[in-house]
Amino acid sequence: MFNMIDKVWIIPALMASSFLVILFFGKRWGTRATAGIGIAAVSICLLLSVIVAGNWISRVNHPPTGAALAADVLQANGLTPQTGENIAGEVNAATHDSGETVAAGSHATMSESAHTDASASEHGAEHESVPPVVRAVTWFQIGGIEFEMGTLVDGLAAMMLITVCIISLLVHIYSTEYLHGDVRFTHYYAFLSLFTASMLFYVLSSNTLQMLVGWELVGVCSFGLIGHWWEEKKNTDAALKAFLTNRVGDIGLILGVIITFFAAGGTSFNVLHINEYALSQSANTTLLLVGALCLFGGVTSKSGQFPLHTWLPDAMAGPTPVSALIHAATMVVAGVYLIARLYGVFFSGLAIGSSTFHYVAFIGGFTTIIGGLLAFVQTDLKKVLAYSTISQLGYMVMALGVGAWTAGVFHLFTHAFFKACLFLGAGSVSHACHHTFDMREMGGLRKKMPITHATFLIATLALAGIFPLAGFWSKDEILAGASSGQQNAYTIMLIFGLITAFLTAAYMGRAYWLTFWGDYRGHAKPHESPKVITVPLMILAGCAILFGFTNFPGNFFGIHLPSGVTTRFEHFVEPTFAFPPLQHAEFTPWLAVVSTILAASGLFLAYQYYEKNRGPHGLTSRNKVALAGYTFLENKYYLDDLYTGVVAGSTKGPLARAANWFNQNILDGIINGIGLGARKIAAVVYVVADQLIIDGAVNGSGQGSEGAGQLLRKIQTGKVQQYASILFAGAVVLAGVLVFVV
Amino acid sequence: MFLNQFLLLAAILFCIGVYGVLARKNGVLVLMSIELILNAVNINLVAFGAYWNATDNTNVSGQVFALFVIAVAAAEVGVGLALVLLIYRNRQSIDIDDVDMLKG
Repeated sequence: MFNMIDKVWIIPALMASSFLVILFFGKRWGTRATAGIGIAAVSICLLLSVIVAGNWISRVNHPPTGAALAADVLQANGLTPQTGENIAGEVNAATHDSGETVAAGSHATMSESAHTDASASEHGAEHESVPPVVRAVTWFQIGGIEFEMGTLVDGLAAMMLITVCIISLLVHIYSTEYLHGDVRFTHYYAFLSLFTASMLFYVLSSNTLQMLVGWELVGVCSFGLIGHWWEEKKNTDAALKAFLTNRVGDIGLILGVIITFFAAGGTSFNVLHINEYALSQSANTTLLLVGALCLFGGVTSKSGQFPLHTWLPDAMAGPTPVSALIHAATMVVAGVYLIARLYGVFFSGLAIGSSTFHYVAFIGGFTTIIGGLLAFVQTDLKKVLAYSTISQLGYMVMALGVGAWTAGVFHLFTHAFFKACLFLGAGSVSHACHHTFDMREMGGLRKKMPITHATFLIATLALAGIFPLAGFWSKDEILAGASSGQQNAYTIMLIFGLITAFLTAAYMGRAYWLTFWGDYRGHAKPHESPKVITVPLMILAGCAILFGFTNFPGNFFGIHLPSGVTTRFEHFVEPTFAFPPLQHAEFTPWLAVVSTILAASGLFLAYQYYEKNRGPHGLTSRNKVALAGYTFLENKYYLDDLYTGVVAGSTKGPLARAANWFNQNILDGIINGIGLGARKIAAVVYVVADQLIIDGAVNGSGQGSEGAGQLLRKIQTGKVQQYASILFAGAVVLAGVLVFVV
Repeated sequence: MFLNQFLLLAAILFCIGVYGVLARKNGVLVLMSIELILNAVNINLVAFGAYWNATDNTNVSGQVFALFVIAVAAAEVGVGLALVLLIYRNRQSIDIDDVDMLKG
């Protein structure tokens, strides 16, 4: 097959050029052409991504050996063959030296440095190490350090490529109808292209510096698209809030990038180099812990973890397809991807392998619960989904935190599809109901919008984790991972996970019954959306049904499928190079049963309460505790008030006064002083330098040449014989000198 | 060989020539004085040539050089007389004191 894996840079470059074309010609060529360019570019990207994934699968099936692998390892360590020796760090040199027997050699380096206990070594021996394909060029050189820019392709990157491209393509198609007639249609499509390009650039980055660039680029696109309808102040506020909240976390990310760079020897930003260092025995775990926590600051803001999740619900002010693409399926998982990509740093820094409780896992678990609880008090359908996204992102972070790498990434993969389906479904509902997302004005849409209803139901069940939909498999894997852990079980995280399994089903049941059952409470005339909207929904619903089977467990209630079919996702996506030796949790039947029962009871309770109107309705008006709890939730734990009122409010007054004082006294003083000083100096310079020296020199040279001319013109008589006399006298003098002196 | 007499004659001729160049006002006479200077040099050349020829009869460079000087002097006086002629045509005078238009 055509080898795309070396030229994978084409994919983001294609989207970037689509962005430029739309930006410059979109207005002139019209909306149809604009959408066409975007859709065509994403389609080609999807095709190329599938080829990349195919290349990767064949690479895993037939691991390269000998010279080809040696070249890849060289590349993987950030070394180009020409300059390789000069900048080789310790780790690189070690790997490079073993280039002859590289398959065994690199594996040996890993197993020696990364782990010593026998079981882990055995585990390592089962899988042959398949290094990612790194292709990099030198970006710039400073202080003897080469900053490279390149692509890194492994299973994780290929999986992200496909996820981003599929959802981006469907959103591109869906938006042609959803934003039909919008004033800034071109602007919207340009940003969609730029976003897709940035996200692809981010997931393909070979080093952390480049990831930072991609990270900020997607942030900018998010800002631009949340504020797409900027005529309303609410939307610009939401855009600003998203941007500024993310800035808080980005500081952490930048610090984390710097710390990991210097921790790993200060020679390379290459993620493999950093991971290799982090997993080596010489690693400084304290430094790695600080680095990991700083990086997690970035994750906290971008992936909506507590306490920086507050921007994500507000980000729903953007157009719904954007919410589906950026604020549910792709951009917000950038943080999860960061942990997955730099897993060595997190694994060593937080001692994931031996711990039972640490910051990342706890924040992940805590976020799942607070997000799930908040989803209950929302009346806006999109906000329910937004809090659900926060909750599910917490699930992924928790999974990575407890060492269930594959489970976390697998959940990222499955969640992207069913959550995109839910968001696009919500958009379809709103499209039919006069652009409202208020569930109090919906109801009974089941019969009026059958396709939207069916796809929404499938995605809801998938999110709730009902067998055999995608969410069931991924969520169950996370719970199994938490229950077994690496060496010890993460019991608290398991409890968090089980509670959230129940909460998820319950709030999704609530949203589903409020929207699609009962009687219609709004004033519009709902109708099924056109095919441009329903076909993407059907495709996503299909993905939500099928993609769970990509990681079918090896032993499912005694069903043993052939090993070529089970745990394919784990086999192809989980890295085997510069990656900690992870224990994979087996499928745990009792957990699957318990979580399914919890989910089913959540759905059942929601059905009883919201559809059948049974249960303690009006509890909040009768019981003070319930009312307090409800108010607490409705005010989103007062976090927004804490940020705007306490943090911003208490700082902005004194800060403004301090800034004013500083401006008036110090800055103005400096500026006035500089101005006065400059005037004084200028006066002196005018008299001394200009008038005296420069003018003197100019006038003096003129007068000098005039005087010399006056003198010399007397000799110029025009009389030939006078000249001859002088000539002769000169000759006589010279002759005298010749005779008497010399 | 009586080298001294030739050198003395040449020196006298040279001095007369220099006097003529510096003192005479007539352009033609100035040119003739220049000829005298050149011929004084020629006498020196031929005298020394003959002097060295007495010991090495293949050495004729003094005489050859004198012939060169005569040829160049002929060319020089040709140009000089042409100049004088043109000056006379323009100014009806060959007094070189009158030709001082380049005075500064």
